[in-house]
Amino acid sequence: MTQPTVGPRPSVFKRIMPQLVILAVALALNVAVFPEFFHIDFRNGRLFGNLIDVLNRGAPVALLCIGMTLVIATKGIDLSVGAVMAIAGAVAAATVVDGHSWGTALLAALLAGGLCGLWNGFLVAVLRIQPIVATLVLMVAGRGIAQLVTEGKILTFDNAGLINLGAGTIAGAPTPILIWLALGALVTFGVRRTALGMLIEAIGINERSSRLAGINSRVLLVCVYLVSGLCAALAGVIVAADIKGADANNAGLWLELDAILAVVIGGNSLLGGRFSIVASLLGALIIQSINSVILLSGLPPEFNLVIKALLILGILVIQSPRIGNYIYMLRASGPQPQPDPLVRQRPEKEAAQ
Amino acid sequence: MTFKTTLLASAIAIAPVAAFAADMTIGFSQIGSESGWRAAETTVTKQEAEKRGIDLKFADAQQKQENQIKAIRSFIAQGVDGILVAPVVATGWDEVLEEAADAEIPVVLLDRTIDADESLYLTAVTSDLVHEGRVAGEWLVNEMNGADCRIVELQGTTGSSPAIDRKNGFEQGIAGHGNLEIVRSQTGDFTRAQGKVVMESFLKAEGGENICALYAHNDDMAVGAIQAIKEAGLKPGEDIKIVAIDAVPDAHKAIAAGEMNATIELTPNMAGPALDALEAYLASGAMPAKWIQTESKLFTSADDNEAIFNMKKDLGY
Repeated sequence: MTQPTVGPRPSVFKRIMPQLVILAVALALNVAVFPEFFHIDFRNGRLFGNLIDVLNRGAPVALLCIGMTLVIATKGIDLSVGAVMAIAGAVAAATVVDGHSWGTALLAALLAGGLCGLWNGFLVAVLRIQPIVATLVLMVAGRGIAQLVTEGKILTFDNAGLINLGAGTIAGAPTPILIWLALGALVTFGVRRTALGMLIEAIGINERSSRLAGINSRVLLVCVYLVSGLCAALAGVIVAADIKGADANNAGLWLELDAILAVVIGGNSLLGGRFSIVASLLGALIIQSINSVILLSGLPPEFNLVIKALLILGILVIQSPRIGNYIYMLRASGPQPQPDPLVRQRPEKEAAQ
Repeated sequence: MTFKTTLLASAIAIAPVAAFAADMTIGFSQIGSESGWRAAETTVTKQEAEKRGIDLKFADAQQKQENQIKAIRSFIAQGVDGILVAPVVATGWDEVLEEAADAEIPVVLLDRTIDADESLYLTAVTSDLVHEGRVAGEWLVNEMNGADCRIVELQGTTGSSPAIDRKNGFEQGIAGHGNLEIVRSQTGDFTRAQGKVVMESFLKAEGGENICALYAHNDDMAVGAIQAIKEAGLKPGEDIKIVAIDAVPDAHKAIAAGEMNATIELTPNMAGPALDALEAYLASGAMPAKWIQTESKLFTSADDNEAIFNMKKDLGY
C-alpha cells in the first residue's frame, strides 16, 4: 500500500472494464423490456425488486464461480460442482430432519463439500488424472450419492435457521446476496493480499517450472479443489434452504456449465494463468441479468434458450481476441492521426466544390 | 440356451390353463426411480398385487430400455402369467412383444404408450394429460363464477408432452370464458426452485395485486411459487388462487394449510385397473379396451387433505 507505483486500483478497474460495460448493457436490456426494472421498495420486511432478484438468484453461480476461477487459474476445471451442490443440500436437509441444529447442518454440508473437493484434488494432484476426467467422476456419481441421502425424494424441512440461509434476510437484504459478497471479498483479499494468487497463477502458466521454483504445487492444487468444493457446498445449502427442501435430482443441475461460462465471460483464460475473481463475479451477474431479461420479456418459453445463446454468443464475440485486437488498434490509432479528419475532410470538400 | 427357452416357452403356453386363479405370477418392469411419483407407482403396484394375492416379480430398469427388454425376456423364460411394463421410450418394442405374444403372455402398458401394433399388447393404462389440464381449467371457471381473472401459468419442461398437453387442456377448459385470461406463461422446468424463481418474476412484471390465479403444470412448481408469493407479502390461496396437477403429498399439505386451492391427481395406481384387466382376460378371455383411462380426480379444500397427506406420505413420493 505504501508503494504508490504498484497501486492496483487503476489496473483492476481497467481489467474489469469490459465486464462492467457488458453488465450495463445487459441491465439496459432489462430496462428496455421492463421499464420499472430498477424500482426497489421495502415489502414484507425485505427489499423487493428485480435488481435484488438478479443479485439473489445469481448467488449460486456467483459462489460456484469463486472456486471455479481458482481451479481454472491452475489450468484445471471442476465439473462436479453441480453434483456437490446436490450432495451438500441433501446432507444439510438430512441433518436438520434428524433433529440437529442448523449450525450443525451447515457444518455437515461444508464437510461433505470439503470431502468432495479433497477427492477431486487427490485425483488431480496426486494421481495426475486430467481435471476434466477426474471431476467428471463426481459429476456423474455425485447426484447418485445425493439421491441415496434423500432416498430419492424431495427431503423437506422446517428448520427456521437453515431456511434463513436461503430465503431469509439480514437488515432487509436477502441472505444469499450477503453470503456471496462476503465470500467473494474474503477469497479475493485472501489471494491478492498474499502471494497465494500469484502462486496459483504460476501453476496455471507452467506447473513444472513453478515446482522447480519451489512452489508446493501439489498441496496448492488440492487446496484449490477444496475451496471449489466448499463454495459448491455453500451454494447447495442456499439452494436447498431457498425451497425448504433438498431436491437431489434438480439442485445445481447444469450449474457447473453456468459457472464455467461466468469465469469465461469474466475474461479468464481456460488455459490457466492470470485470473480475476471480481470479473468472474461480474460474469455471474451478467448471466443472471440475461436470465432476467428472458423472464421479464414475457416471450414464450420456446425462445428462452435461443435468446440466451444469442446474447452469450454476442458477449463472447465482443471479447474474442480478434475483436479485442481490432478495438486495441482503433484505440492505438486514435490519438495519433488527430489531424486526419481535417486531411480527409479537405479533399472531400474540394471534391464537393 | 435355445433348447431351454423353447422348453420353457412350451411350458408357459400351457401354464395359464393350469393355474390362473389363486397363485398368479405377474412380472413388472418399472422404468426406474426417476421421480417421487414413479416410486409411489412402484409401491402402489406392490400393494395392489399383495391385495390380490399375486406373486409380483419386480424389475427396475434404471432408465434403460435394454434392461426392460432383458427383464421381459426373463419374465417370459420364467413363465409368468402376465407382464406389466412402464415403457421408458416409445419405440423399439416390437421384437420382444412378439416373443411375449408367441409365448401367449399378455402384456399391459402402464402410464405411457408405445409406437407398436396394438395387437402386440393387451391394453394400455394411462392418464389423459389433456383431460387433467381441462379439469384444472374447469375448476377455475367455476371458482371465479364470471369474475375477471388474470392467470399466470407455470409450464413444465418446454417441449415435453405433459407440458404441451396440460397447457392445451387448460386452454380448452377456460375456452369461451372471456373473463379468464392467461397473461403470462413461462417454463418452470417442473422443479420447485424454478417455480419459485419464475413466480418471483411474474409478481414483479405484473404486480402481485394484478394476478388473480396461478396454474402450474405440476405441484412441485406450485409449492415453489407459494413461497415466492409469501415472500412478496401476499397470501397464496386467497390473494392468488392456485391450481396444479399431480396431487403429491406436499400439495395436500398446502391445501390443508389454505395456501393452495386445488390439485388434480395423476394417480400412482395404474396397476389396479391393469391387474383387473389381466385377471378378467386370464379367467374368461375377456378383451379389455385398448386404452384404459385412469381417473383424474380433483382435490380441493373440501377433501380431508390432512388424512390424504398422511396416507400418501409413505408411498415414496
